[in-house]
Amino acid sequence: MHDMSAHVAHHAPPTSFIRKHIFSLDHKVIGKQYYGLALIAVLVGMVLSWLMRIHLGWTNYAIPGLHFLSSNGAPGNVMTPEYYLQLMTMHATIMVFFVLTTAPFAAFGNYFLPIQVGAEDMPFPHFNMMSFWVTFVGFVVLIASFFVSDGPTLGGWTQYAPLSAVGAVGGPGEGMGVVLWASSIAIFCVGQLLGSLNFITTTLDMRTKGMSLWRLPLSAWGWFITSCMGLTAFAVLMPACILLILDHVAGTSFFVPSNLVLNDQLQPHAGGSTLLWQHLFWFFGHPEVYIAIVPGMGIVSHVLITNMRKPMLSHRVLIYSFGALAVLSYMVYGHHMFVSGMNPVSSLAFSFPTLIITIPSTIIVLIWMGSLYGAKLHTNTACLFALGFISMFISGGVSGFFLAQPSTDIMLHATYFVVGHFHMVMGVAAMFGIFAGTYFWFPKMFGRMMNETLGKVHFWLTFVGAYCIFMPFHYLGLAGNVRRYQAFANVDYMAHLVPLHRFITISALLTGASQLVFLYNLIHSRFWGKPATDNPWQATSLEWSTPTTPPPHNNFGDKLPEVFHDPYQYGVESSVGDYVMQASPEQVSSGHDEA
Amino acid sequence: MATTVHEPPRIEPPHERSRLSAGSGNGGRSLVPADGDLRRIKDYSPPPSATGIWVVMASITMSFLAFTSALIVRQGSASDWHHLTLPRILYLNTLVLLASSIALEVARRQVRSFMAGGRHSAAYPTRWLYITLFLGLLFVAGQYFAWLQLRAQGLFLATNPNSSFFYVLTAIHALHVSGGLGGLARVILRLNRSILRQSTLDATAHYWHFMDGLWVYLLLLLWMKL
Repeated sequence: MHDMSAHVAHHAPPTSFIRKHIFSLDHKVIGKQYYGLALIAVLVGMVLSWLMRIHLGWTNYAIPGLHFLSSNGAPGNVMTPEYYLQLMTMHATIMVFFVLTTAPFAAFGNYFLPIQVGAEDMPFPHFNMMSFWVTFVGFVVLIASFFVSDGPTLGGWTQYAPLSAVGAVGGPGEGMGVVLWASSIAIFCVGQLLGSLNFITTTLDMRTKGMSLWRLPLSAWGWFITSCMGLTAFAVLMPACILLILDHVAGTSFFVPSNLVLNDQLQPHAGGSTLLWQHLFWFFGHPEVYIAIVPGMGIVSHVLITNMRKPMLSHRVLIYSFGALAVLSYMVYGHHMFVSGMNPVSSLAFSFPTLIITIPSTIIVLIWMGSLYGAKLHTNTACLFALGFISMFISGGVSGFFLAQPSTDIMLHATYFVVGHFHMVMGVAAMFGIFAGTYFWFPKMFGRMMNETLGKVHFWLTFVGAYCIFMPFHYLGLAGNVRRYQAFANVDYMAHLVPLHRFITISALLTGASQLVFLYNLIHSRFWGKPATDNPWQATSLEWSTPTTPPPHNNFGDKLPEVFHDPYQYGVESSVGDYVMQASPEQVSSGHDEA
Repeated sequence: MATTVHEPPRIEPPHERSRLSAGSGNGGRSLVPADGDLRRIKDYSPPPSATGIWVVMASITMSFLAFTSALIVRQGSASDWHHLTLPRILYLNTLVLLASSIALEVARRQVRSFMAGGRHSAAYPTRWLYITLFLGLLFVAGQYFAWLQLRAQGLFLATNPNSSFFYVLTAIHALHVSGGLGGLARVILRLNRSILRQSTLDATAHYWHFMDGLWVYLLLLLWMKL
């Protein structure tokens, strides 16, 4: 943590391949590395979800080649119940940590935050480089658990104690699998803490002349607020993981209670608290939801404004609402524990702020909707995904009202209703934010345009597909379909739900396959796309003022820009059109200055 | 802790030099090449390390708050908590660590006075920085000695929850102190090469004093029967 800023802003352009592309200090390269990592992770996570979905639809179906992944977990290519849970755990862990945290926050934030504040780089480039490589090591450690003798952990991404803390007696993967899981997450925390340090100092200290905090674009605000959350949330998860590892390898009893008998064996632990793990985990876990979604909110706002050609109804209220989400996210975590045996009074205490947190969320949505009203929208692919984000956020968010209340949550908590809720509001919405950011910023990152037609095909297939997959989850939950079960055909009251599961599985396979359109577009456009101009969307913020596209090593060439305007001066008359760029000294008549 | 480190002017291309010195407030730069003259070295304005060290301390505080709440919950969750008598050497270690902070403060004042044109030579504060470094190392060695004493009493990591927390908290604190020792070594190196910035020293000092305060807090936490 000490002072790496020696290199701030003026590390020379690297010349060797390793310094340029692998151990690079350049925030832009690090951002792209994070994006690449997230891309690999999302492909792995998606394939895991396919395997699970196929098993849920056709329980005894032999998936060709599955035994190569695990001969114990899939004898004769048919998934065992335990292996289903192992894949479920890995799917969730990979998606939450290495996709939803990594792509919208670390990838886009690294690339664009320094440029949007008008800096040459982040203040601690060595820590920045470390943050990526530490995260990469965390990913490798997690994936390594597929290759240990009894496979990865089956305890779910929440790793509830005591199952997670008793060792191999807890089932396949509960020995070495959990140790690798907890080590991977602890390592990941280090990476995110280093990243947050850079994001916060970049925002506070590296702003160029004229760039007041209120003049920061909403995307930069999203990353800044997220980094404040990351700083506090990951700092709590890491100690929890250390204690969990010690329960495994050192024989301590932090989380395992006395007199626990598993498989007829009295466990050699005493006096630990199982609820302690849940408290520590969810104190991180709920802010994590907002760590995944707030960068998306910032990106979506940024993309929408550019395509609406007018600012949001209120720039400041949006920022205050982002901040309110961040603060409240620490006070609501207990709503994940309504069925944990926690004191009912505590449940009430956590229910109240959970209902309160819907207020800033609603304000954000209303500002988006109100600003969209009457706008002459440029419906390019980035804009469509931004609209899709809002749609998913509302559809998934509405079910949150029911889950916020202990009385209804107790009924719904262990069902697919919750699975539908969090996949839409956090998973798919955040993915749409990533897609919006990708289509919007690709020209700046790679100097080429993505194919719009393929982009729109990708959007509609993904949008319809996501609804086909996750809306029925709510119905399944209301029908009493419990989650985390690997088969339903043999349970009378759930047997009739199997056809719906099959429909979901087919939707998931098709929606997943339609991501190939995106992948093709991404790779093809990278090399053969139409060359991009410096400001293809006629946008105002500083990333569009760089002297070249992609930006040079020090972002702005010989002279750092000076900022003269609020971030979103659209709907004005200037020499370049209906907008004036932040770095342009031109005075315009009818602005929307709010700051 | 502003740690911006100044790059020796000879490796800066001329256009970079003029750009860096042309900064202005609100995040602009005011870094002036010093040609090896410590007194002319300027910081970025504002220095990112000054903000950064508070960010670091906030995150460490959160981690130790998590450990604290775990300790409180664990102490109340079962009757197997045996309060251990802290090895006496810990009190001596505390004095050593507090003394190191005083030594560092003396060094910092001397550097500041030197940079402001006072009469001390740059070699003078270096002596106090070495004393700080030595006391810091003595503290870590003392903590190790305390662990040996507990082991001799048959108290290991897994013996009972109190000993578990004792080892975890002291080890993680010692790890953070070692990071501070690395920072101190870096400050000494930079002072010797006349490329130290005031902000670097300030940040290191803030961190070091924070380690001090954190240790006193941990000592009380482990000593108290909650």
